[in-house]
Amino acid sequence: MKKDLKKTHREPAVLFLLLVFPVVLTFVFGLAFGGIGGGGTTSFDVGLLNLDATSPQADWSDAFTDNLTSSGVFVVQDFDDNVTGQEALLQGNLDAFIVIPEGFGDSVVSYYGAPFNSSAWTNTTMGLYVDSGSLMAVSAVPPLVQQVLMKTIFGSEAMSIGLPIEIGSPALVASSTFTQWDFMAPGIFAFAAIFLTMIVAQSMTYERDEGLLKRLRTTPVSSADYMISQTLTYMIIAVIQVALVLASSFAIGYRPAVGPAGIAFTFVIAVAFSLVAVGFGLIAAAISKSAEVSTGVSFMFIMPQMFFGTFMPLGGPSSTIARFMPSKYITDALTTLYLRGAPITTPVIWYNLAIVSVVGILLVALGIYLFERYGYR
Amino acid sequence: MSESAIEIINLTKRFDDITALDNLSLEIGWGELFGILGPNGAGKSTAINVLNTLLEPTDGSATVDGHDVVFDPDNVRKVIGVCPQKPAFYPHLTGEENITLMGEMHLVPKDVLRERVKTMVEKIGMEDHIKRRAKDYSGGMIRKVSMLMALISDPKIALLDEPTVAMDPKSRHAVWDFIRELKTQGKAIILTTHYMEEAQELCDRVAIIDEGRLIELGSPTELMEKHQAKNLEEVFLKLTGKKLREEF
Repeated sequence: MKKDLKKTHREPAVLFLLLVFPVVLTFVFGLAFGGIGGGGTTSFDVGLLNLDATSPQADWSDAFTDNLTSSGVFVVQDFDDNVTGQEALLQGNLDAFIVIPEGFGDSVVSYYGAPFNSSAWTNTTMGLYVDSGSLMAVSAVPPLVQQVLMKTIFGSEAMSIGLPIEIGSPALVASSTFTQWDFMAPGIFAFAAIFLTMIVAQSMTYERDEGLLKRLRTTPVSSADYMISQTLTYMIIAVIQVALVLASSFAIGYRPAVGPAGIAFTFVIAVAFSLVAVGFGLIAAAISKSAEVSTGVSFMFIMPQMFFGTFMPLGGPSSTIARFMPSKYITDALTTLYLRGAPITTPVIWYNLAIVSVVGILLVALGIYLFERYGYR
Repeated sequence: MSESAIEIINLTKRFDDITALDNLSLEIGWGELFGILGPNGAGKSTAINVLNTLLEPTDGSATVDGHDVVFDPDNVRKVIGVCPQKPAFYPHLTGEENITLMGEMHLVPKDVLRERVKTMVEKIGMEDHIKRRAKDYSGGMIRKVSMLMALISDPKIALLDEPTVAMDPKSRHAVWDFIRELKTQGKAIILTTHYMEEAQELCDRVAIIDEGRLIELGSPTELMEKHQAKNLEEVFLKLTGKKLREEF
């Protein structure tokens, strides 16, 4: 273990890739994406809780629901209670959650009863909670919902007049200070650790080619023990990487919506992800004939993880591919923690951790098996 | 401790259609410095690699300190120190760190290890260079470090595969002195070489092998007398009709 840690700081290329690169990456991306970015999307998943469904004026809330659905922008999913809807939002299953308040229909009727006398209106507040972990949702959903509301009340008429119903969106208030970097930062942790794959593959093939592994196999330490100790080393390096990325992020002013427990969770899931990277590295080493070849083979594992599992989801078919990328689950967990501000007890982040851990352990076991079987050729 | 340090019975190792070792039988005692001589490709390294458990024999058997190399490799590895033909080392570590690493792999206690490294480094004349990174060493220094890596665990049996190849005469003599001292400690030492001078100088007995077969066995003096030769090189020439080595 000590020899690998020494290698990390004594060999400039390894030092750069494992420790300097994450810091540089954090600084470069943090500075480059300090402003709010843009983009487009075709539809949003919206949860809807209608508390006015049984009132005598329920036609108005029904009309709002119909307009929401027929807009073509929203995929509407009905909820029976607020808790379930908020939970779905927190776990990233929804882009927004709308609560039609009790008295919604009465408000509209009161408006039509005295359109120019606002003091006669029955005011209500529609709840709109947007997934603050989604840049697209934060930017686009509130004005779109506003449009649907206008259409419900006025048809296709002008929207600049006063209304008896206002949209309360506490999540939006918080999100208004986000930069694009806030959306990218969770992906940096996976991105930094991904390159462990290449270092492991190069290291194992080099040691094999130079006869070091053979030499170690003539000692009482078994090759499986040796590879497990290698894995532990890279888990330590992953911890150092997380610390460096966090420190660099803080240095450029990044303040994620997360407490000490969330930070601790970040270390835990990064260590779990290092298993994934080491597992891929061992597999790459097992199927590579030399250290040079292992670099190229490593990228077969690194590139999909990089493009489909880190930073922002690309949408469309790529999101299906992303489901098979372990890096996607570390990014998702950290997005839920850092951006959505979900508490540490949120089930989805533990689900993500479980996936990363199980896949990591399986990959390391597979990597050791393949290296033992084919790697010593 | 078993009666013989090493016992090889009818050992055969084949790689596809190439027979690297052909029905080899040898017995090596404690405190014996035993040379395996032969030209490149004769099967010397194959024999060492069977004894150090890296290769499984195709036929026959071999025991090291009474432990079978196939059925009890873990115990074999506990009693051997291996100096491979290619001096495998970590270039980013210092010489001292490389030696210490091998000691740790053999589970040598830390305090014992520290003292042993110091003593051995002094004996082989590396004390001025041992804290430099191995990547900066000359070929001779690397060979010396590789030798110490093999012996740091204080093994009962040392398997030295051409430990002085490509070494300058001064370094070679330093290594010879080191090997002689090991012998006085009662260790069994197997030395492969294609330097006849080295074998004559160091070995109690030598086995001359060619194309995987044992063609002669005895002390250097016995063999030279038996074949009325001036040196082992001449012995080999008389036995096989070809020269043992191409360079000296």
